[in-house]
Amino acid sequence: MIINSTGELTMTEIRFSGFGGQGIIRCGLITGKALALYDNKHATMNQSFGPEARGSACSSQLVVSDDRVLYPYITKPEILVSMSQEAYDKYEPELREDGLLIIDKDLVKPNPPRGKIKIYAVPATRFAEELGNRIIANLVMLGFFTAVTKLVKPESMKKALPGLVPDRFLELNIKAFDKGYEYGLQTLEEEKTGATKAKAKKK
Amino acid sequence: MKKVKADPKGVLTGVHYLDGDFAIAEGALAAGCRFFGGYPITPSTETAERFSARIPKVGGVFIQMEDELGSIAALIGAVWGGVKAMTVTSGPGFSLMQENIGLACMMETPLVIANVQRGGPSTGLPTLAGQQDIMQARWGSHGDYEVIALAPDSPQECFDLTIEAFNLAEIYRVPTFIMTDECVGHMHEKVVIPPAEEIEVVERKWYAGPKEEYLPYKLDKDGIPFMIKAGDGYRFHTTGLTHDERGYPVINAECQDWCVRHLCDKIRKNADKIIRLEEDEIDTAEVVVLSYGITSRVATRAVQKARQEGIKVGTLRLITVWPFPEKRIRELASLVGSFVVPEINYGQIVYEVERCAAGQAKVIHVPHCGGWVHNPDDIYNAIKEAVK
Repeated sequence: MIINSTGELTMTEIRFSGFGGQGIIRCGLITGKALALYDNKHATMNQSFGPEARGSACSSQLVVSDDRVLYPYITKPEILVSMSQEAYDKYEPELREDGLLIIDKDLVKPNPPRGKIKIYAVPATRFAEELGNRIIANLVMLGFFTAVTKLVKPESMKKALPGLVPDRFLELNIKAFDKGYEYGLQTLEEEKTGATKAKAKKK
Repeated sequence: MKKVKADPKGVLTGVHYLDGDFAIAEGALAAGCRFFGGYPITPSTETAERFSARIPKVGGVFIQMEDELGSIAALIGAVWGGVKAMTVTSGPGFSLMQENIGLACMMETPLVIANVQRGGPSTGLPTLAGQQDIMQARWGSHGDYEVIALAPDSPQECFDLTIEAFNLAEIYRVPTFIMTDECVGHMHEKVVIPPAEEIEVVERKWYAGPKEEYLPYKLDKDGIPFMIKAGDGYRFHTTGLTHDERGYPVINAECQDWCVRHLCDKIRKNADKIIRLEEDEIDTAEVVVLSYGITSRVATRAVQKARQEGIKVGTLRLITVWPFPEKRIRELASLVGSFVVPEINYGQIVYEVERCAAGQAKVIHVPHCGGWVHNPDDIYNAIKEAVK
């Protein structure tokens, strides 16, 4: 994390993780493209190239910055997105103490909170199945991610989709994104009202 | 040298989010490359993949060859058949290509080879970065010869420098290398591809004189012989043997002297025109960090930290690795206290820096054996040591 003289966060490290076949690399590509091409940021995306195959833990990493990205890999991410238990177990320890953890509610059972880590959960895979195809769970997740992180404009994310998802499934992908995005906004709203209620109770 | 505007057919004008491997393919297509022969190898396969999808659409040819030996042989044939050609590989494939790279040098065949370097030796680290083939690019084949090698540090530069590689290959009729690495090859970033009319492409130096007077290795005023296209009716001969201007073998020391001097001098004597460097805050520097490729980006992180502490540190990035900027390093050696040389190998370019510094400046190497990029702190510590 690099903070400039005015105290603004100028660099963010993100890891998308899950199992091979969930579209985890695609998450990094879509977000990176949206930020670099439409949000005027520097965004460098790297994917893990190992013996990863369908079904095993896989991840993509994205470094986002106002200035040129010099070190191309993440070191201690601010944001971890996990869509599988195995990926969560593998990557959770590297998340910052004040980081943001975003998980698939039904697929990841998180440990008791560590430090000031904030957890947001979305039933991405379940929503995708309800929309007709679990393959778009990653887009539900991206919609949710966009809403709760406010790191990237939702319009930019949608603009980034052509070329990165098959043309014939573009509409379905956008639908999945919107579903996740709305759920994210709703989550934030509930969090706010929850906090107000708690405050009122205190009084 | 005849410069023309790029053929719009091959230029994918626009703003893209591409990895370095794909950007190499797009740079080649923009430069007019219409033949790709190669054998897939990690981490360069994406370039071949992109070519296989794109080159048929612009009227070119993609061949997956039986191996890397055949790849270069096919390229040489394609070039003498009149097209621009390239291949891509990584460490083990680069080793297999060396014999025919020598043949291409001897026949003065302009072609482009990208090496997306991974950790070695041997099969080494197929999926992880290295900069360990830099010396091999220079003299991996036997005999005396010179080549040109460029080291991009981003997907954008993969695009830009591939065009430049094709241009240099044509101007000097020499195999030209794009020495990138797994990190840049697999890294996705914004890549801006300009309109075709903004891209300058060097045309082959075609011969247009009377057929009976054509001599394939007769040097022109600029020291570079003219080329013809096989099948256009010119009588020509070319060989890997030491040859005279007719292209016929002449096996003696005199002809060898003429031939070898020409192969080396056409690059050495034009080094100032070929070499591109990027320098920053070098005039006031006590220490200069010299690096290339991805390492120069990582090094900048260390340089920023050192500058915050008031250390006068400049940077010199080799965009052209070969020919080596001997003259500039000699000049700097008398002006600065030391050079810090980080590279993802156990010592290669550092020896060139030491040779040129010739004891006038301290040279501190920051090795990394491959598999990842440097920890910027290792470079920072070397800068601190340099000014101690």
